[in-house]
Amino acid sequence: MSGSSEVVGAVFILIGAIISLISAIGNVRLPDVYTRSHAASKSSTLGVLCTLVGTLLYFLISDGYFSIRLILGIFFVFLTAPVAAHVICRAAYRHKVPLAEESAQDELKDYYMENENLGTDHKAKLIEKEAGV
Amino acid sequence: MIFEIILTIALCLLMLAIMANLYRVIKGPSSADRVQALDSIGINLIASIAVFSVLLHTHAFFDLILLIGILSFIGTVAFARFIERGVVIERKQ
Repeated sequence: MSGSSEVVGAVFILIGAIISLISAIGNVRLPDVYTRSHAASKSSTLGVLCTLVGTLLYFLISDGYFSIRLILGIFFVFLTAPVAAHVICRAAYRHKVPLAEESAQDELKDYYMENENLGTDHKAKLIEKEAGV
Repeated sequence: MIFEIILTIALCLLMLAIMANLYRVIKGPSSADRVQALDSIGINLIASIAVFSVLLHTHAFFDLILLIGILSFIGTVAFARFIERGVVIERKQ
């Protein structure tokens, strides 16, 4: 009984740690803040979810202990890590952090840069026009 | 025995991940890079606490996982609002 719990826990925890390390390498090597955020948010979330699921399964199989706190932690990390990455990326774009030189397309530019000094009613009309099309 | 060795290897990998994110915190050209890397360090810290609680075979640290998750999210959102608008909590006019 103890052996199977150790096997399951070791596999999940090792996979989670490796994915976290890959995420950190991406965070070092990628060229601008948006691609870095892509690497840091997605794979880091997957890595920590693998580790927490491994912990949960280890305690569930070896002790028969089902931890509600750990379930809540998994749920919370799964909900909030992409939201935090989205908020940081939007703040960076509004703060005019430049994209990498290799990037070819910037579709948010019309909405955030050129209409920045116009009134809110003009922005509302622009959004209505876009939604109508 | 092998189980403890695997858990120690996982802790070493998480330590390397935290060091790499620390490099990005120190070097990052914009402040959004730094905030993103600090958030990633918080998430790696959660994983390290989970591995430690398996290694020590105790249930005592599960509160910390939830707590660090919530604190990291709140700090990241506060910093993002500060970068975007200059204030964290807006005042009613």
